[in-house]
Amino acid sequence: MRTVAITVNGEFRRHEIEPRLLLVYFLRDLLGLTGTNVGCDTSTCGACTVHLDGSSVKSCTLLAVQADGGSVTTIEGIGSEPALNPMQQSFQRMHALQCGFCTPGMVMAAMSLLADNPAPTEAEVRRGLEGNLCRCTGYHNIVRAVLAVSETGERRGEQ
Amino acid sequence: MIPAAFDYVVPDSAEHAVALLADHGDEAKVLAGGQSLLPLMKLRLATPGLLVDIGRINELSYIRQETGYVAIGATTRHCDVEWSGLLRQWVPLLPHVTSQVADPQVRHRGTLVGAIAHGDPASDLAAAALALDASLVILGPQGARATPVAQFFRGFLDVDLSPDEIVTEIRIPTPAASAWSFQKFVRRSFDWAIVGCAIAGGPEPRVALVNMDSRPLRALAVEEALAAGAPAAEAAAYATHGVTPPSDLHAPSEYRMHLARVLVRRSLQEAHL
Repeated sequence: MRTVAITVNGEFRRHEIEPRLLLVYFLRDLLGLTGTNVGCDTSTCGACTVHLDGSSVKSCTLLAVQADGGSVTTIEGIGSEPALNPMQQSFQRMHALQCGFCTPGMVMAAMSLLADNPAPTEAEVRRGLEGNLCRCTGYHNIVRAVLAVSETGERRGEQ
Repeated sequence: MIPAAFDYVVPDSAEHAVALLADHGDEAKVLAGGQSLLPLMKLRLATPGLLVDIGRINELSYIRQETGYVAIGATTRHCDVEWSGLLRQWVPLLPHVTSQVADPQVRHRGTLVGAIAHGDPASDLAAAALALDASLVILGPQGARATPVAQFFRGFLDVDLSPDEIVTEIRIPTPAASAWSFQKFVRRSFDWAIVGCAIAGGPEPRVALVNMDSRPLRALAVEEALAAGAPAAEAAAYATHGVTPPSDLHAPSEYRMHLARVLVRRSLQEAHL
């Protein structure tokens, strides 16, 4: 067992864990933050995407001990009703979800994408979301939602 | 999927990591970004008793211009390589290839040196390193040694690295060839290449193949044909000379052979060879 101290959504959390505990289960099972989903469990689908120290990562392929001392942000940490984050609002407005299972990971990946590239082209948005699968295949509205909150969308007056 | 239980230790330095590896032998594995190792551990294809996490050794994360080469440290992540102005200027092939590895989340965690040390024949980066004639600095209990990547890859996931050694740095000779190309055939953008080809031009062009044998390798017969003056289309026909590409659910061996010839030809043409 090993003690880790991880700041999750701004809150300091200290837990004694097995080194083999994956970050996604630290979040879901120990902290009860079930907004982060486990989809494929093989680093393919991106449903488990969270931010570690500001960058998107797949929390099914990261040990919680690797995040020791770091800062993690999950979907619960960026906003909830009635104060949704602009990306969440845009997903709602553009109807960028069908079953909703991929949505938390999509939103977290999209925010990281815009942090790296605030004014992406449509092709860059599609490429930047390559690590996230929507099994309903509802990509068009997801891309529209991301573009709408980007500087590209601001210029087009989509906000 | 949950990895088998293991102990976890964070060394203070590369030397400390080597000492830990020397103490634990085959039981220990080095963890850097974990984007290759953790999937294997979750499938229990790897069950190390100890993980030595070098990912927190900040001194090993760097990209530096030295005399005659660029040095990249063991814990430098793919995203740092992808966005490096120095690499884009001096070795543009490397950030270009890196930008096509996996997806942004994986590139935020995975490391270039880790991908090379993994020795996967399907690695785009191993082919890029071969085309760029890179070399590795390897630290062991007896000190450091250097080895060209051309001699590093021995077989499937088998590299010239003892259980008590770690790769601390990769060196890319500069100036790298201004003419280069990378071609990759995938079903989806984040997939592993079914076949890929990396080329560095110059007076003695180097051609390297992805996923065409049990290890990353150069297409030496293509290089020899070019040296003998063959035009690109003719030289590319030698891409499958002496290789044994795997068959899997993505492609039978014969299809890989076809792809290799096509991709090598396109790469040679793109690199104006």
